[in-house]
Amino acid sequence: MGVSPDSAAIDVNGLWKIFGPKAERVLKCDDKYLEPTALREKTGCTAAVRDVSFEVRPGEVFVVMGLSGSGKSTLVRCLTRLIEPSAGEIRIDGEDIGRATPARLREIRRHRVSMVFQHFGLLPHRRVIDNVAYGLEIQGAAKAVRHARAGEILSLVGLEGHADAYPDQLSGGMQQRVGLARALAVDPQVMLFDEPFSALDPLIRRDMQAEVIRLHREVGKTMVFITHDLSEALKLGERIAIMRAGSIVQLGTPEELVGAPADDYVADFVRDVPRSHVLTLRWICRPPEPGEPLDGPVLPVGTVIKDAIGATSSSSRPIRVIDGDELAGVVDRVDMLTFLSGQDSAAAVRAGA
Amino acid sequence: MSTTAITTPSRLRVPRWAAPAGIVVLFAAAYLVFRDTGTLPHDKSAPQFLAITDLREWIDDHRNSNPLFLYFLNYIRIFVGSVYTAFQSVLYALGWPGLIGVMGALAWLAGGWRIALPAVAGVGSFGVLGLWQSSVDTLALVAASVLLSLAIGIPLGVWAGLSRGARKAITPVLDVMQIMPTFAYLAPLVLFFHIGAPAGAIATMIYSIPPAIRITALAIEQVSPTAVEASASLGATGRQTLFKVYLPLARSTMALAVNQTIMMALSMVVIANLISAPGLGGDIIRGLSRAQVGIMLPAGIAIVVMAVLLDRMMVALARKDPHSWIGRARFIGAAALAIAGLALTPLLPAEWPDGWTVNFVVQVNDAVHWAETSWYGVTTFVKDVTTSLLLNPLEGLLTSAPWWLIAAAALLLAWRVSGLRPALTALGCLLAIALLGVWEHAMQTLTTVAVAVLVTLAIGLLLGVAAARSSRYSAVQRPILDAAQTMPAFVYLLPALALFETTRFTAIFASVIYAVPPVVRLVEDGIRAVPATVVEAAASAGSTPGQLLWKVQLPMARRAILLAANQGIVMTLAMVVVGGLVGAGALGYDVVVGFSQRTDFGMGFIAGIATVLLGVMLDRITQGADRRPSPQRRKTT
Ligand SMILES: Nc1ncnc2c1ncn2[C@@H]1O[C@H](COP(=O)(O)OP(=O)(O)OP(=O)(O)O)[C@@H](O)[C@H]1O
Ligand SMILES: [Mg+2]
Repeated sequence: MGVSPDSAAIDVNGLWKIFGPKAERVLKCDDKYLEPTALREKTGCTAAVRDVSFEVRPGEVFVVMGLSGSGKSTLVRCLTRLIEPSAGEIRIDGEDIGRATPARLREIRRHRVSMVFQHFGLLPHRRVIDNVAYGLEIQGAAKAVRHARAGEILSLVGLEGHADAYPDQLSGGMQQRVGLARALAVDPQVMLFDEPFSALDPLIRRDMQAEVIRLHREVGKTMVFITHDLSEALKLGERIAIMRAGSIVQLGTPEELVGAPADDYVADFVRDVPRSHVLTLRWICRPPEPGEPLDGPVLPVGTVIKDAIGATSSSSRPIRVIDGDELAGVVDRVDMLTFLSGQDSAAAVRAGA
Repeated sequence: MSTTAITTPSRLRVPRWAAPAGIVVLFAAAYLVFRDTGTLPHDKSAPQFLAITDLREWIDDHRNSNPLFLYFLNYIRIFVGSVYTAFQSVLYALGWPGLIGVMGALAWLAGGWRIALPAVAGVGSFGVLGLWQSSVDTLALVAASVLLSLAIGIPLGVWAGLSRGARKAITPVLDVMQIMPTFAYLAPLVLFFHIGAPAGAIATMIYSIPPAIRITALAIEQVSPTAVEASASLGATGRQTLFKVYLPLARSTMALAVNQTIMMALSMVVIANLISAPGLGGDIIRGLSRAQVGIMLPAGIAIVVMAVLLDRMMVALARKDPHSWIGRARFIGAAALAIAGLALTPLLPAEWPDGWTVNFVVQVNDAVHWAETSWYGVTTFVKDVTTSLLLNPLEGLLTSAPWWLIAAAALLLAWRVSGLRPALTALGCLLAIALLGVWEHAMQTLTTVAVAVLVTLAIGLLLGVAAARSSRYSAVQRPILDAAQTMPAFVYLLPALALFETTRFTAIFASVIYAVPPVVRLVEDGIRAVPATVVEAAASAGSTPGQLLWKVQLPMARRAILLAANQGIVMTLAMVVVGGLVGAGALGYDVVVGFSQRTDFGMGFIAGIATVLLGVMLDRITQGADRRPSPQRRKTT
């Protein structure tokens, strides 16, 4: 996926964040490569983000996943220096964030990057409309202008009619819509989400995920989305970075993570995912054997396996899997069954363990 | 805080109580051997006293020529004085009907007619009590001090709330300021700011700024960090976040800071009368020094009314629904009240009419006399038993023991309870007291404090436990405690004086009723804060209520109880010193004499310092108890 650095919306290189009194010194020596617990014992410092590099393409939804304490929140806050990084380079639209003056940084936060928080961070003494308009108010927009804009955004997130309510009069899901609206109101190019839905109950969470997908389609922002919920990651993410103890252990599409986990940690993460729901025909098609009939139904290589089950089982001939105009391979009923049963037997073994 | 105290491993098979018991025996033996040696009897004309008296004379002579005074201190005095005069002239200019109307209107705005009506009645009562002028002076002095205290306290509090470094720098200063008995401020202030309203206002400010800072800092710290972060993430400047996030979100807690500042100021302006600050304090101090409850009572009532009134208004303001604006009806009502009052001002006599006052000095004095004679048996019995069983033996012990023995005992005790550093501080305080030449009086005061604290804690624990165990009882007790805590300290001397005349015991009684409410409250809250799940678990294991209390609730509430003890000690000391006015003698009396007699100023000054040292010492001895792991915990880990 050779995207050149200039066209990346966010480009992070060798980012470190070490909390603690002696952060500077730790960073200079080799201590920083110690295991987290060893590091804490030796120096009293916590390395929350360790040598992280990645880039996010314009318009992409980039998901960062990891267990609690793996440094996700710290990472995403470093992007706009809400937390000051200890080392490394961050570029947003090619601009070096680390070198930005405080005034420039404020400009970036005001116009280019905005954020949605896990615990909403709404201002309880302001009405919903004034919460949404807060970013514009900070920028010095006139009241009429910012209220007009806030009103538009409120209807975009489905909260028209609640403009004059106070945050504590809304349900959690509605409050997070306000948080979302507040971030959207300044019309940023990049939106950062720090576990925005983990404080919500599952049904509302599903609604909100759909909402984000819809918004992404409608307004096309670049999004960095933090979560510790795998199904959320798979649902939203075009690419997913998995973090452990401050480092990214694997970065790839959902398919790559599920199909080829880089290590046991990632494998453990994705093991409960029904593989047939994520993997595409690319993973199971094989070159046609000599003499095999090549006149079966045609499916594109990007078809998710579970969607191909029907076609394979109803056709007596192998399915032809095509990548563009070329034949990528074939899949027949036996292949399909082998794949599905392999997956099932793996699950059965796990259940027995 | 690493504690080096008693970590002796139990290698030697001696019972746990052996070491303390041995030490006690050792001290007892030393006392018997060295008794009546190394005592430091009080000398009224010690050179250090005279030196300070002379210093004051010198300063008073050079107040208008020395540059420090001329270009700095006098300006402060003049500035504070002019703020006070400004308030005073505005309040007088309103006239009494106008002031009643305006206060009523403010109350109406703060909390509706339910508060406005009592406010009108309350302000009116100042006139009815025949104290209109002193009340207005007090109000002006309180207003000036509170305004200036907030002008200093709120910015400092915000700073301390925002910056960890500032907090670290300010907290120890506040800690010391808060345990200083009110009396202690006065004498040094006289040196620097002379006497009168400005000095009184400055004394009041010093007393009321610490809570303003502390509560404001707390309010700022409590602001949700996510809201702050969200604001920063949208590119707000520090100032925007301060004004649009921190201050609005801290508003209701900050109203409590204002309230607390007002309450502290009210209680201090009375005492400030000792340095000739105007107002109601004059009547109270006069009544106290002549042991005439009849003279004190009206002024006491006026002060309480003022306290309750201002408290209700501030609490209403703090509780006001932040989302709703002041309703139009409320606004019209308030405006009508204010205008009515102001319109009446030119029509009615300028002074409160004499015919509208009620004078009950004689009746009150008679009633007090009746109470004294008819309860004589009970009160004398209580007084005599306490005096002969507790006060006299303890005082005899402390004043006849050599000073170094007491210092050693204090050192060991503080070391055992709080660790080495506080112990050394406590020792330093005691040595300083000895050097200052007020040892004997300090020991007498210590005796009074010790007895009062003992009684306070006994009663406080009893009532606190009772309230924690019975919600119904607690519901009855709470409002009483609330009311008790809004009352200025001085008011407690009233019933004490009425029942016990001027004796040492009067101060003890007053300080007990003064310190019990917060102790009760802390104990109750501490026990109630024990997690319900723990209590449930213990109950399901078949504990009786008694076992539950002794084995679960009290041990788990240990911190709160120790905090209550610490608080009780600090409050008791403050009150016992004030008790110097009503016969407690010792340091408190020295302080009072120092103000009333120029020739004894030095002694009063030093006695004031000694009370501070005593306070710091007691605080250091007890404070560590709740910061250190408990012996039980240490045993299990
Ligand atoms: N201000 C701080 N000071 C010191 N250590 C911190 C600070 N903030 C975070 N940490 C530490 O950095 C590590 C990463 O924290 P972070 O909040 O980024 O994790 P996370 O992945 O967001 O976890 P969660 O899913 O619970 O939100 C943790 O070990 C945490 O204790
Ligand atoms: Mg987090």
